Amino acid sequence: MHYPRIESHVHYLNVNYGIRSWLFTTDHKRIGLLYLASVTFMFLVGGLAAVLMRLQLVEPQGTLLEPDTFNKMFSTHGIVMIFFFLIPAIPAVLGNFLVPMMIGARDLAFPRINLLSWYVYLVGAILTLIAILNGGVDTGWTFYTPYSSTYSNSNVLLVGIAAFITGFSSILTGLNFIVTIHKMRAPGLTWSRLPLFIWAHYATSLIMLLGTPVLAITLVLLALERILHAGIFDPKLGGDPLLFQHLFWFYSHPAVYIMILPAMGVVSELITCFSRKRIFGYKVVAFSSLAIAVLGFLVWGHHMFVTGQSVYAGLIFSALSFLVAIPSAIKVFNWTATLYKGSISHDAPMLYALGFIGLFTMGGLTGLFLASLATDVHLNGTYFIVAHFHYIMVGGTIMAYLGGIHFWWPKISGRLYPDKWARFAALVIFIGFNLTFFPQFLLGYLGMPRRYAFYPQEFQVLNVLSSAGASVLGVGYAIPLIYLIWSLRYGPPAGPNPWGAKGLEWQTPSPPPTENFEETPIVTEEAYAYASEDHELV
Amino acid sequence: MSGHVVPVRTYVLIFLALMVGTALTVGAAFVDLGRLNTVVALAIAVCKMLLVILFFMHVRHSSQLMKIVVASGFLWLVILISITVSDYLTRSWIPDPEGWGPSTAITLPSQQSSTAKTAVVAEAPASAAAQ
Repeated sequence: MHYPRIESHVHYLNVNYGIRSWLFTTDHKRIGLLYLASVTFMFLVGGLAAVLMRLQLVEPQGTLLEPDTFNKMFSTHGIVMIFFFLIPAIPAVLGNFLVPMMIGARDLAFPRINLLSWYVYLVGAILTLIAILNGGVDTGWTFYTPYSSTYSNSNVLLVGIAAFITGFSSILTGLNFIVTIHKMRAPGLTWSRLPLFIWAHYATSLIMLLGTPVLAITLVLLALERILHAGIFDPKLGGDPLLFQHLFWFYSHPAVYIMILPAMGVVSELITCFSRKRIFGYKVVAFSSLAIAVLGFLVWGHHMFVTGQSVYAGLIFSALSFLVAIPSAIKVFNWTATLYKGSISHDAPMLYALGFIGLFTMGGLTGLFLASLATDVHLNGTYFIVAHFHYIMVGGTIMAYLGGIHFWWPKISGRLYPDKWARFAALVIFIGFNLTFFPQFLLGYLGMPRRYAFYPQEFQVLNVLSSAGASVLGVGYAIPLIYLIWSLRYGPPAGPNPWGAKGLEWQTPSPPPTENFEETPIVTEEAYAYASEDHELV
Repeated sequence: MSGHVVPVRTYVLIFLALMVGTALTVGAAFVDLGRLNTVVALAIAVCKMLLVILFFMHVRHSSQLMKIVVASGFLWLVILISITVSDYLTRSWIPDPEGWGPSTAITLPSQQSSTAKTAVVAEAPASAAAQ
């Protein structure tokens, strides 16, 4: 069935046309879509590297890739997926689109800086792509010294510069969110009435502002050592190689929380909407975001237990790492308590949210294995770690990102997508994900190291399972890409609030007008006041 | 943003103070103060930094919120440096308990049997208590 074009009102998509109207836009919604296109492209690039790796690992002595090329593939996969997909995905796409709408503002505080952040991201992404096409980089995404500073002959500098530049995109976005949330909330929207998506983005922005500059400094120091042989990390010149890891993880561990906190914000929105309940323990969930942001800065040394770091520092880092699990657990318990006696419906976004809770819990709990000093000695550097962080980043962040995209797609595009296909895709992704990464826990426990192009025969069955799962996962990701694009033209009009959801973004037409709201909304109730309309559920 | 207008005279004075600071740094570089070399250079640099933040960046007349933002930046720097240094300072503290050194290898047979007995005796009450 062909539905008419949505021309009933002037909105941000039809207000003007042409490439210039997009490239010079300062509308946060359009910038969100520019980011959506960019991060999706980078996701495909990073995904392609993963496909090649999984194909290589189907056989113990795989012949698809040279070992050097394999090193470049896992480096490309890590660098592209982390710096150019996972970190910007939810904040720069959904956050850009939704932060002003959820707080009843017309735009972010600094619309031009917002556009600048996209261009900065674009420059970083293009430099990375040039580096990849020009021979790639083989240091792994962590750029550990002395390999990156002294020995590697690949494009370390160019990729380092690209990561340095892209960091500023993150800083600009974080700055914009913090000022916007402080200064531009609608009348009546007090801090205790803010949607948890906003709290999560506030906490994320704090990390972006406080952590990212340290990564920039570290990469500059790396460049100084590589070009000028300044003695910073090289012991021969009076430096210390572990200093690099301290500085790198001071940013890069909190960066994990840049990836997961916005995902938690999305899940809070989805769980409440599709169980028709207020969130259980609003304040605790909100403050646990801030607690994660702060505690997340104190645990970086758990990446360094087996590096020769002081055992006493290791003890403290281990204890603190257990501590940071508490606010994450609080969130999981509170989402579960929210579901209790709720009117649960299993629309596609909810399937992703439920998937998130299970997979994130597994990822989080296996993190505790790694935070324990003794077990870490056995598991460090194995596929157990690979499985652990993919359960957090793919099982957590990407599930929530897709859930969020499905939840707000009617608002973004004004169209509905085919629900059955969407639920099917969610199921395929869940199955494909577990098939890919659960065998990797076993592989790691059995002792298979990460980042190796070859492995002993005995590991083949689990590796083949993992590669088979990756192909299922790939199909799962392709399905939404197809039907979401299809829905842009053929999907039925969504109406302003197809889910019957609370939140200011649903009180304006879909797609929203350029100014978001015809009149500034006035907030008179707390977030997620579902029970006030439905029958009392608890 | 605070609406406070700072007279140009103040800016000029701060600029001159920064120049004096630079001259002092250069001058101090020619005098060997031993271990104080770094301390003096850093002390001058911190003073200059504070002047820039408080006056040129208008933090002195900004809201409390802005001051908290600036202070938190420094707090995070303290976190970065102090925890990193805690690693460097305690790396050499690895305990060297008696019985681990090579000297004990000579007396090992007799020591080992007595240690093992002690361990069994020590374990017994613990396991009884656990039951």
